Amino acid sequence: MDVRLWTFIMVGISFALYIGVAIWSRAGSTRDFYVAGTGVSPLANGMATAADWMSAASFISMAGLISFMGYDGSVYLMGWTGGYVLLAMLLAPYLRKFGAYTVPEFVGQRYYSQVARVVAVACAIFVSFTYVSGQMRGVGIVFSRFLEVDVTVGVVIGMGIVFFYAVLGGMKGITYTQVAQYCVLIFAYMVPAFFLAIMLSGTFIPQLGFGGADPASGVFLLDKLDGLHQELGFTPYTDGTKSMIDVFFITAALMVGTAGLPHVIIRFYTVPKVRDARISVGWALLFIAILYTTAPAVAVFARTNLLDTVAGQPYAEMPEWFSKWEDTGLITYEDKNGDGNIQYVGDAAENELTIDRDIMVLANPEISRLPNWVVGLVAAGGLAAALSTAAGLLLVISSAISHDLLKRAWKPDISEKGELLAARISAAFAVVVAGLLGIYPPGFVAQIVAFAFGLAASSFFPVIILGTFTRTMNREGAIAGMLSGITLTAAYIIYFRFVNPAADSPENWWFGISPEGIGTVGMLLNFAVAFTVSKFTPSPPESVRELVDRIRVPGTIQTGGRP
Amino acid sequence: MPDANAYWSRNLRYLGILLSIWFVVSYGCAIVFADALNAIRIPGTGFKLGFWFAQQGSIYVFVVLIFVYARLMNRLDQEFGVAEE
Repeated sequence: MDVRLWTFIMVGISFALYIGVAIWSRAGSTRDFYVAGTGVSPLANGMATAADWMSAASFISMAGLISFMGYDGSVYLMGWTGGYVLLAMLLAPYLRKFGAYTVPEFVGQRYYSQVARVVAVACAIFVSFTYVSGQMRGVGIVFSRFLEVDVTVGVVIGMGIVFFYAVLGGMKGITYTQVAQYCVLIFAYMVPAFFLAIMLSGTFIPQLGFGGADPASGVFLLDKLDGLHQELGFTPYTDGTKSMIDVFFITAALMVGTAGLPHVIIRFYTVPKVRDARISVGWALLFIAILYTTAPAVAVFARTNLLDTVAGQPYAEMPEWFSKWEDTGLITYEDKNGDGNIQYVGDAAENELTIDRDIMVLANPEISRLPNWVVGLVAAGGLAAALSTAAGLLLVISSAISHDLLKRAWKPDISEKGELLAARISAAFAVVVAGLLGIYPPGFVAQIVAFAFGLAASSFFPVIILGTFTRTMNREGAIAGMLSGITLTAAYIIYFRFVNPAADSPENWWFGISPEGIGTVGMLLNFAVAFTVSKFTPSPPESVRELVDRIRVPGTIQTGGRP
Repeated sequence: MPDANAYWSRNLRYLGILLSIWFVVSYGCAIVFADALNAIRIPGTGFKLGFWFAQQGSIYVFVVLIFVYARLMNRLDQEFGVAEE
């Protein structure tokens, strides 16, 4: 059977599975819709969180990105996993105890302020839309490449599926479809990785094969790659080109941003107890780590394969996948010296080959001549990753509108039924907007991903931490902190990415910190401003201090002498 | 009689220890001291130690840290009688 038929089968089966799960888990109340009735087991929530978190970018782009960045790619590996340690220890248990439906709800109540709530709602909606447009685009790309349909048709099919389970089932439907999607995506990621590991290193565990040796020559893969890189004039694979301070700040911004992303945080509202929230973060990271420790191994296998296949080889002898990807414009070859061979070298003036980083995972099975069903499986996995993340983000947008704005700010006397209907309508609205962003992507999606993390890092993370770890942080401090953190981060990114992109180079950055890493500075500024302002403004009311005491312990406790 | 403040300061002590490990492994071993550690190789593999921490080791440590934290806190809850029923 050919690749296209296999892809239809794999995608068809997985979609039927999601729809079945969605019908089984409809939401009956707002509590079901926002937090799945707080009845999700920690293990299931861990899987759902892993699918929620691992987006089209993790599944499709990350290994490719790392295979071109080498050591520098570590910022993504550590940044997107290390944040879970912060989430487990500094945020999740306390937010679960607080027992809200949304992140802005916590901010609004802890800081006894509608202004703080509205600032938080604006951040949540902005971050989520930024993120979701990339997911819908990912759905469109997978469809168009593997099923040879139009990107628009692909996005519409994706929208239809998400619409079905997000609008019907809310958080409950999303949770259980995410569990199914995790299983599909991890299986789809690991199967080709096992194949590649056996082919290139003789052991089937990618994490070991990564440090293993080429079975034919006995040379370690990493040494071989470093050698090839030096020969061709690239930086050695295990070295990297970013400055240490930039690697440090980008890693920190991604970690803190991860811990502050609303669609990740709300997943921990869905478990029954505080102790479940703690252990559930552990499960989530374990499930994420399976993919995240495999990705750098896949990156090395892919890089070795690619260099072996193309570097210095005659263009006429390239395999079929090469010309297929050339047709899509994602691989381009220009024979500068006219010798008919592919010069793939570090020096830009002589280099003749450009490869889009995004294609590595999708092209890998074909480059390595894996069976056709594996190619179909990878397509289904990419769709699972994109759809699960999109659904989680859409829920954040819908609950921000129906709960934070409508119920809490505009129409507090709305009935339970009315709010549930409003939640469904705003979910439907969010799906449509997300779909439009996928069909007509703003040209700057890639640039604003840094924005989503920077913004989450410089807004939510500090206010939530200060809200639980200090009793004295007040409304004025929190609002001033959030606004200054966001302003600095946004201004720095906008300046270097949109206003003056020509200046976007290490010589012009503050202390060599790139726009991707500026969220860390924004976070530090947020903390500093919040502390300073709170020193000169009235303390929070007694009820807030009691609230803080209450969320610090899982059950109930007699409050002893207050310090 | 154990009280909220004692419970909280024990929690903070656990956090201090675990987050120090988190920091040393990721920002220390994998970034600041990566070059120095790259002089060492994990025996029998192609991994330079700093590179391994950056792309493998730190992630394993993160997972372990969270499970250790969950266990310590569950015990602390029992000890202070503040676990949820």
